[in-house]
Amino acid sequence: MGELITLQGSEQGFVTTRVNDLLGWARKYSLFAYPFVTACCGMEFMALASPRFDISRFGAEAPRFSPRQADLLWVVGTISQRQAPVLRRIYEQMMEPKWVLAFGTCASTGGFYDNYTTVAGIDKLVPTDVYIPGCPPRPEAVIDGLLLLQDKIASGDRTPGVVKPREDPVSRDLVPLRKKREGAPTGRTS
Amino acid sequence: MSERLLAKLRERFGASVLETHSHLGDDTAVVDPARWKEICAFLRDDPACDMQMLVDLCGADYPDRTPRLEVVLHLYSIARRHRLRLKARVGDEDAEGAEIDSVVDLWQGANWFERETYDMFGVKFRGHPDLRRILMYPEFEGHPLLKTYPANKTQPLVAYRTEEEAGVPLEKLAPFGDDEGMSFGRKNGDATGDATNGEA
Amino acid sequence: MEPVDLDLEESALELPAEPMHLNLGPAHPAMHGTVRIVLELSGETIEKADVQIGYLHRGFEKMCERGTWAQVFPYADRLNYVSPMLNNVGYALAVEKLCDIEVPDRCQWYRMALGELARISDHLTCTGAMAMELGAFTPFLWFVKAREMVWDILEEETGARLTHSFGRIGGMARPPTPAFKELVRGSTKEILSLLEQGEKMLLKNRIFIDRLENVGNISQADAISLSWTGPCLRSTGCSYDVRKAHPYLKYDEVDFTVPVGTRGDSLDRFLVRLDEIRQSVRILDQVCDRMADEGPVSADDPRVMLPEKDAVYTTIEGTIQHFKLVMEGAKVPAGECYSYTEGGNGELGFYLVSDGSGTPHRVRIRPPCFSITGGLSKIIMGRMLSDIVPTFGALNMIGGECDH
Repeated sequence: MGELITLQGSEQGFVTTRVNDLLGWARKYSLFAYPFVTACCGMEFMALASPRFDISRFGAEAPRFSPRQADLLWVVGTISQRQAPVLRRIYEQMMEPKWVLAFGTCASTGGFYDNYTTVAGIDKLVPTDVYIPGCPPRPEAVIDGLLLLQDKIASGDRTPGVVKPREDPVSRDLVPLRKKREGAPTGRTS
Repeated sequence: MSERLLAKLRERFGASVLETHSHLGDDTAVVDPARWKEICAFLRDDPACDMQMLVDLCGADYPDRTPRLEVVLHLYSIARRHRLRLKARVGDEDAEGAEIDSVVDLWQGANWFERETYDMFGVKFRGHPDLRRILMYPEFEGHPLLKTYPANKTQPLVAYRTEEEAGVPLEKLAPFGDDEGMSFGRKNGDATGDATNGEA
Repeated sequence: MEPVDLDLEESALELPAEPMHLNLGPAHPAMHGTVRIVLELSGETIEKADVQIGYLHRGFEKMCERGTWAQVFPYADRLNYVSPMLNNVGYALAVEKLCDIEVPDRCQWYRMALGELARISDHLTCTGAMAMELGAFTPFLWFVKAREMVWDILEEETGARLTHSFGRIGGMARPPTPAFKELVRGSTKEILSLLEQGEKMLLKNRIFIDRLENVGNISQADAISLSWTGPCLRSTGCSYDVRKAHPYLKYDEVDFTVPVGTRGDSLDRFLVRLDEIRQSVRILDQVCDRMADEGPVSADDPRVMLPEKDAVYTTIEGTIQHFKLVMEGAKVPAGECYSYTEGGNGELGFYLVSDGSGTPHRVRIRPPCFSITGGLSKIIMGRMLSDIVPTFGALNMIGGECDH
C-alpha cells in the first residue's frame, strides 16, 4: 500500500499529504452512489449496471437509495422546476465529502428543453463535479466520466470537469475541407 | 359508417351541433358547450353510438378567434370500432372565463385529462371532483400552453445558486468552451418574455 | 415552494398512529424518479392515495410549437424513451396522414420491423425492471442483456443506441443496412432463449407469483372507463389492439395474435407482456421474409422530402428546395387530424393541428401511460403498502410520456 501512495506522486513525505492520498485512494474505489434517475438517461444507466458495461469494475456499483449513506450523486436525466427542491434536498442530506455527477445533456445544461419547466443544468442548484454530455451519453462516455471523477477524488481536485470526445469527430471529418481553406484555424482552441 | 354518427347527432341535437366535417377520415362535430355533457352522455349510452372509451381530452388555443379556446374530445367505441371528435369552443379573447361541464361522471379517465387541460389552458371544468394542477406545481402562475405564455419564462421553486456560492460567474458554471454545447442555450435566469427567442 | 413533506408538521414530535401519512417518492427507487404518492394508511392498508405526476414535465407540446414539423422527431423520441422508434413512427404517420402521403412498401415493412424491435425492448425493460424491484435481480440482468441485442441492431441501423431520431416525414432517414435481416434473424433466437430462461426463473418462484397474483386487479369495465389501452387493458380480457382493430402499415398482412389475460391483475399484465415479445418476434420473422431488398424507402414527394445531395450541390432548384425545407420547414396543409398507433403501452395518439405553415400550431400527444397512471390510485386503494411496488411496476409508467 505504501508503494501505491508513492506511485500517486507524493514524495515529499509529509504525513498530511500521505493521509490525504490514502483517503483519496480509498474513496475513489468505494463510491456509494445515489442514482437520482428521472428520465431517458436512466435507460443507459440500466445498461451501465448490466453485465456488458458493468460499472462494478470501477467500484461504483453499490446503489444506496438513502442519501445519508451515499457520497456520489448521479443526476440522471432532466430536472424540472418541480423536481428541483427534491434534488436540492437530497444533496443537502448527503454527508461530506460528496460528489455530484451530471449524467447527460439535460442534467448538464438543460439540453434542448429550453423552456418554462426545465432547470438549465443542475449546477444552478448543486455544485457539480463532472459533466457527461450526450443525449443520452454512451456507457463508454459515462465510464470515462467516472474515471475522471475518480482521478479528481484521488487528487482532491474540486474544479468541474467535462467528458470530451477522445477524438473530435468534427475536426476529423473536416480535414479535407480545411486543407482547401488555407489559413483557417484548425483544431480547437480550448 | 361514422357519417351516420354525425347525422344522428345533428338530428338529435339540431342547432346545438354548430358544425361538422369529416376531414381525412376523422369525423368532427363542434357543439354548443352548454350541452356538452348531455351530448357526451348520449354518445356513451345510445346503443348505436356506444362510445365506451374516452380516448383523449385536450385543449387547443387559437389566439385570433373568439371564443379562443377549444376543448377537444376523442371518443372511441370498442365494440363498433368507430371514432368521433367532439369540440366545444370556450373562453373570451384573453382565454378568461373558459368553463365547461366535466364528464368525469361518464368516464373516470376524464379526471386527469381534465386536470391537465385546466393546468395547461385554464379551462375550468364544472363539477370536477378535484380540479388541481397536475403537471405544473401549485405555485405556478399562468397556463403554459396558451400561445401568450412565453415558452422560456421559468418560475423556479428554489433560488438558483448565487455567484458567491458558486465562486465563479454564473454563466461560467459549466466548464464548456465557446464552441461546445448549443449556442441558443438560455442565459442564466433569463425570462425576457420573448417567446420567439431561440427560434429561427 | 410545495414542501416535500407536506404532511408533517414541525411541531408534531410523534408520528400520529392513525391514520398515518406517508410520502412515497418522487425520489423513491420504485417510483422511477418521477411519481409521488401521498398515502393515508391505516396500519398497512391504504385508505387514500393521491398520485402526483409532473416531475418530468418537459414541455413537449410547447417545444413542438417552436420548431418545424421535422424538428419534433427528437422530442418525440424522448417521450417513451424505452421504445423511441414507436414514437418516431407514430408521429411520422400522423404528419403523413395530414399531408396525405403514403410511403413505399419497403418503408412500411422497415418501420414495422424497427417498431417491433422497439416493442421488444420496451417489454423487456418493463418486465425486467419490475422483477428487479421485487428483488429478482438475475432475470433483470438477462433481460437487459437481451435488450442490448436489440439495441445493437438499432444502433447498426440508426447510429444511436437509444434516441434515434430516425423517422422522417415521408420515409425513414436511411434504407435498411444490407445486414439487417440477418442481424434480426440471428438475435431473435437468442432473445427468445434469454426470455425463456428469465421467465422460468420468475414463474417458478413462489414469492414472485404471490406478490403479483390478485394484486392490482381491475375489471374490464373500469379499465375501459379509465381509458386504459395496451397490455394493461388486454390483461383484463379486452383484446383491443390498434394493430388488429385498425391496421396501419402492413399489420393486416402479417399473422400474429393478441395475447389477453383473464383476471386483470399484475401477473396477467406481466404474462401479456412476455407473450407480446413472442408475437413481436413472429412479426419480425414475417417482415424479414417479405421486406424487399431493393427499392425506395422514402416517398417521392418534394413537399416534404429533402432533395438528393447531388441536386443540392449542382442545381439551383435543389438548393432552394433544400433551403426552404430546412429553414421554413415542410408546409403541411392546414387542417387537423388524430392519428393513432400501438405504442409500447397502448394507443399512442397524435392530434395535430396545422395552420398551413411550416410550424405546427398544436401537437398533442395522447400518452398511453397518462391514463394508466391515472387509474393507479383506484387499484391500490384498500390494498397493502407493499402491493404498490408490483402494481406500479406492472403498469409500466414512463415518465417522459406520462408527464409530456
